[in-house]
Amino acid sequence: MKKNIINIFSFLLCSAIAFAQQTPAPKQNKDFAIVGATAHIGNGEVIENSIIVVSDGKITTIGPEASTPITKQAMDMIDAKGKHVYPGFIVANGTLGLVEVDAVKASNDLSEMGMYNPHIRSIIAYNTESKIVESMRPNGVLLGQITPRGGRIAGTSSVVQFDAWNWEDAAIKTDDGIHINWPNSFSRGRWWLGEDPALKPNEDYSKQVKELAEFFNESKSYDKGKKAEKHLPYEALSGLFDGSQHLYINVDDEKGITDAVNFAKEQGVANITIVGGYESGNITDFLKQNNVSVFLRRVHTRPESEDDDYDLPFKLAKQLVDAGILVALEPSGQMERMNSRNLPFYAGTTVAYGLTKPQALQLITQNPAKILGIDDMYGTLEAGKSATLFISEGDALDMRTNKVSHAFIDGRKLSLETHQTELWKRYAEKYSRKE
Amino acid sequence: MIKFYLRLFVFMCSFSLFGQDYFPSNTGVIANNSNYTAFTNATIHVSPTEVIENATMVVKDGKVVSVGKSVSIPKNTTTIDLTGKSIYPSFIDMFTDFGIKKPERARGNGPQYEASRTGFYWNDHVMPEQDAMTSFNYDSKSATEMQKLGFGMVNTHMPDGIVRGTGALIALNNNADNAVRVVDGRSAQYLSFDKSVAYRQAYPSSIMGSMALLRQMYHDANWYADGNVKTKDLSLEALNKNKNLHQIFEGGSRANLLRADKVGDEFNIQYVILGGGDEYERIEEVKATNAPVILPIDFQMAYDVDNPYLASTLALSDMRAWNQEPHNPRLLAENGITFALTTHGLKSKKSFSSNLMKAIESGLSKQKALEALTTVPAKLLGKSDVIGTLKAGSYANFLITSGDIFDKKTTLFENWVQGTQHIIENMNVKDIDGDYTFNLAGNSYDLAISGSASKPKAKLETGDKSLGNKISYVDDWMNLTFKTADSTKNEFIRIIATTKDGNSLNGKATLPNGNDVSFYANKTKKDDVDDNDDKMKKDEDDKDGEVTMMPVTYPNLAYGFEEKPKAETLLFKNATVWTNEAEGILENTDVLIKNGKISKIGKNLSDGSAKVIDATGKHLTSGVIDEHSHIAAASINEGGQNSSAEVTIEDVVDADDIDIYRNLAGGVTSIQILHGSANPIGGRSAIIKLKWGESAENLVYDNSPKFIKFALGENVKQSRSQFNARFPQSRMGVEQVFVDYFSRAKAYDEAKKSGKPYRKDIEMEVLAEILNKERFISCHSYVQSEINMLMKVAEQFDFNINTFTHILEGYKVADKMAEHGVGGSTFSDWWAYKYEVNDAIPYNAAIMHNAGVTVAINSDDAEMSRRLNQEAAKSVKYGNISEEDAWKFVTLNPAKLLHLDDRVGSLKVGKDADVVLWNDHPLSVYAKAEKTIIEGVTYFDLARDKQMRESIQKEKSELVNLMLQEKNKGLKTQPVKKKEKVLLHCDSMD
Repeated sequence: MKKNIINIFSFLLCSAIAFAQQTPAPKQNKDFAIVGATAHIGNGEVIENSIIVVSDGKITTIGPEASTPITKQAMDMIDAKGKHVYPGFIVANGTLGLVEVDAVKASNDLSEMGMYNPHIRSIIAYNTESKIVESMRPNGVLLGQITPRGGRIAGTSSVVQFDAWNWEDAAIKTDDGIHINWPNSFSRGRWWLGEDPALKPNEDYSKQVKELAEFFNESKSYDKGKKAEKHLPYEALSGLFDGSQHLYINVDDEKGITDAVNFAKEQGVANITIVGGYESGNITDFLKQNNVSVFLRRVHTRPESEDDDYDLPFKLAKQLVDAGILVALEPSGQMERMNSRNLPFYAGTTVAYGLTKPQALQLITQNPAKILGIDDMYGTLEAGKSATLFISEGDALDMRTNKVSHAFIDGRKLSLETHQTELWKRYAEKYSRKE
Repeated sequence: MIKFYLRLFVFMCSFSLFGQDYFPSNTGVIANNSNYTAFTNATIHVSPTEVIENATMVVKDGKVVSVGKSVSIPKNTTTIDLTGKSIYPSFIDMFTDFGIKKPERARGNGPQYEASRTGFYWNDHVMPEQDAMTSFNYDSKSATEMQKLGFGMVNTHMPDGIVRGTGALIALNNNADNAVRVVDGRSAQYLSFDKSVAYRQAYPSSIMGSMALLRQMYHDANWYADGNVKTKDLSLEALNKNKNLHQIFEGGSRANLLRADKVGDEFNIQYVILGGGDEYERIEEVKATNAPVILPIDFQMAYDVDNPYLASTLALSDMRAWNQEPHNPRLLAENGITFALTTHGLKSKKSFSSNLMKAIESGLSKQKALEALTTVPAKLLGKSDVIGTLKAGSYANFLITSGDIFDKKTTLFENWVQGTQHIIENMNVKDIDGDYTFNLAGNSYDLAISGSASKPKAKLETGDKSLGNKISYVDDWMNLTFKTADSTKNEFIRIIATTKDGNSLNGKATLPNGNDVSFYANKTKKDDVDDNDDKMKKDEDDKDGEVTMMPVTYPNLAYGFEEKPKAETLLFKNATVWTNEAEGILENTDVLIKNGKISKIGKNLSDGSAKVIDATGKHLTSGVIDEHSHIAAASINEGGQNSSAEVTIEDVVDADDIDIYRNLAGGVTSIQILHGSANPIGGRSAIIKLKWGESAENLVYDNSPKFIKFALGENVKQSRSQFNARFPQSRMGVEQVFVDYFSRAKAYDEAKKSGKPYRKDIEMEVLAEILNKERFISCHSYVQSEINMLMKVAEQFDFNINTFTHILEGYKVADKMAEHGVGGSTFSDWWAYKYEVNDAIPYNAAIMHNAGVTVAINSDDAEMSRRLNQEAAKSVKYGNISEEDAWKFVTLNPAKLLHLDDRVGSLKVGKDADVVLWNDHPLSVYAKAEKTIIEGVTYFDLARDKQMRESIQKEKSELVNLMLQEKNKGLKTQPVKKKEKVLLHCDSMD
């Protein structure tokens, strides 16, 4: 009986959550041009007083207004004088659409049981109707990598755009990469057995690394064989060895990063990204030599040790960029889904601590697009690429001026309404009534 | 087992057989030994301050009869000659659980809110009726261990519960029964902040709850003593009975020592408090308590820092602790703090002696050390007349040593307790150290013996050849086995020999062929080579002792101040000044700060004494104020009851939290540390200024406005708990909790004001303050129904809610809030973390503001709190709030909500000089705080921060070097650990 009540409760909860999402925009049916804006290309360049022509979902022309003649009759004109245009921001290593309400278990599809889950695919659970997903768009966050969490091998991610009917619609790159949680260099004593619960060097570290290596080796052996009997986990790893998939390794400490990169190289994995990388600033030469990119941990976090520079999480991006490493920002951590809309402000904060604004912009546009392998279409404002972009009244990296008036994915004009703006308008109207 | 009887037999020969003389005997005749024992020719330390050379001490019936240079020795006296030896009073450890069987941990499912017992106090963890003697069993094994360290007397107790009942003073006399050993069966009452493991009652779940419980208990005891309670409460009866005993409190850390003393002071009780060994970090505060301290010396081992990766995870504060802790006893002594030493806290009791030596090497005087082990504990236990010294009439509890007891080379021979001899090392063993020559079977041998007293070693040579050997020396018999010089053979010669005077060895040798020949060796040289070795070693040791103590900073961790910074006269020139007053934002304006206040605001100001700061292109604002913070607190939630108005965060402010510094770096100057949201009626707030380096007490505002946290919704109805154990479980019940408590508080207040006697109830006192509009509520709230409800409850009792915090659906009832006059302190954009924030919107602040509600943006989060300027800026984005108003959301408005706007929150002449200099527009994501100033004191400065980074690195590498040296000396190390800071939120359950 009790269970039934809980089930009914969960059902009600789910149905309550699933209301009132914005309808996906239709395909672009008329060309348009954005005129007069400062165009932030995403590759480090800026064009003042630009003109951007979009046709059939793609940017056909981009350049300074003065030197880019267009035929105005055939298209809609968007006057963006004094405004700013950016490529749609990309949230790497995100989990949007996998959890709706953190504390409601029924709404959580973040991780699967077990330790070695490369066959677990995030795209399956990605909820296009998430109210949190739609709340990304008014801040310019239009694309994201959806990543499973947990275990040693968490699973396989996909890259989606944030205006879709279903996950097939949403996917722009399915199964782009495999995500590993590298063994921790520290572990906690089991207090229930009377051990000191403090963090001490992890005695099982080598064992855990070896276990991971064995899993990789077995997968490779399986790959070479006839596969008479299906082994879903082993099979799911094959993309790493033929270069079709990317390996993302979550690891923060200097030694762990070194071990992880050496491990991946030995295993013959070509595309490697360190996720987190709290101590990556200490080994930039090594990362550079090995051509390893970094999804840098959430900028808005506290330093890990009380001795660390108070601004370490803020300035780390500058350290890596200066060393010539390909860096993108990632949001994981407390309340990461709703906080993904603050991605532009994570980038903005890196400017206060050393980067230039165009460099900071690259961290959430061109760089993640390159790492995710979608830079042929996304991440920069260039002719021939997808018109996935938005217009902001002011500097979009600063919360003070980030005000999005138009947003497009593949040229489709998005609704910028959300569950939240609707409530805003409803109650603003309530108080404007003279009753 | 055989060994045990053997030992017992040895002790039967001692001289202390005085027992319960009225007991019948069926084992023989009653034969009491009334002889005397005299110890002659000794250096006798009668007390730490009185030493008599060549003295005699006479003992009878376990007590000292007389002591001095010329004392009369009765005829029936056995005399023990102690020429060259010293006598000390044996040590006393007043904080032990010697011989006490600890209770088993109670098991069960889910939280238990009610008490298990009846006829006792309402809280199971208050057990003053507990009597250590009922669970006492003399433990000869640990007694022997303690005797070896020099202890003759321990005070023991049941180490379980908040009030632990009475302890007992026990003599470590292995040859007696409890009738003799128990010197006082009710020697002290013990207390702590820790709950009993034997009971599962949830309250108190925090240290502030323990403090509140103790206070209420003392009030209740008085009420009970006055005969106001008709029912029986055996706990309170016992507590009142124990009132005149010494009260010993297990603090266990400097912070808890201060907390215990605070509670005691409120009831005129001076606890003797167990410290933590970290008192040196803020010694002046410890001194100010006047509390006698029982001091553990469980010094850390050096960390194993060979691996640089691992070493780099060590926090400076942990590394410093290793370096600084041994100086703690010295610093207590230098500051005139009364302290006794204890073995408590040592993982291995054996390390007591080496740690004591370390303390002495670190400057603790030998006299103070001896006092801390003898006269001080004796005095603190009120037993100076019988223990702690060797004055006539005292127990014959003394140590016989080869010399200075605080010298590493000294041997402790015997530990006498109540006249019972316990032999540690045989003092009559003859010293055979030295060089010998002897001949055997035509070969001449050179033998050098050293360390014969405890660990004999031998060097044996024939010709130029060194011979492998094994030596032992027991009861004046030496046994030496060695390999013959012929290395082609595996043959041995065995020697057994004894000595009369230590100058020659006489016995026989058994040759490889089995023939016995007589053996004689004469000492040719005394053991001075060895002395030289020792001397060199001693020099080395002395050098070790000189390891310098790293400076203690305020607070004693990274970024602390070596000297507390002082207020300055500061003149900011040419700044963009955000006044938050009618003047608005002033360009190119000067601000003068003097005597901790804003002195002048205007153009072209000058002041001869001022330090001028060029603020051209920069912005000067008042400091950011966080209405909802949980940093700088040792505990946040007291969730053991649905109301905990009796607790206060002011009891648990943690001035040593690195997040204070990080907040300063984000321009924050004041915060309200709120109780968590575990229960509908939470605890009282601490409103503090982030004066980095000051004491916890000095952080709290003077004449602080009084606040209390309330909470509604999912957390208080325990939505995510699998147990439905505590009322309320629904929002309906939440309302009834408030109505119930306020009704009772009203009745309480009326009774109090009527002048009739009443039971003082701290919780009701606090709630009555709310009804009397002396205390304000900041209420954690989410959905509109509950927000509305609380306003209605308040109106029913004729007061107003001051602040709704979180208040994420405030926008739905903003008109009602404005009418009620309540403020809203909200998140800029948080949502989706639980079901009740489904309708949370980032436009909330704007709608409430537009409806006339005083709005603040708060953090509830140690990370966000250091970027509140950015969070305020989000109100410009979401809802088009003007920049000036948005800035007030994190400065003037929270000041208003906290009733502090007459002191802080704007730049106005006469207000506190709590200001921040920003390098850019303060609402911009690109802005950085360059200086954060509170009352004219610069607590954060970007330039100093840069220097500190370098000095932290330098100090850490110095400490690493010192640790490596220690490891290279062969001393034990411990693995590194990673210091963790637990991030506390509303939901944190402690």
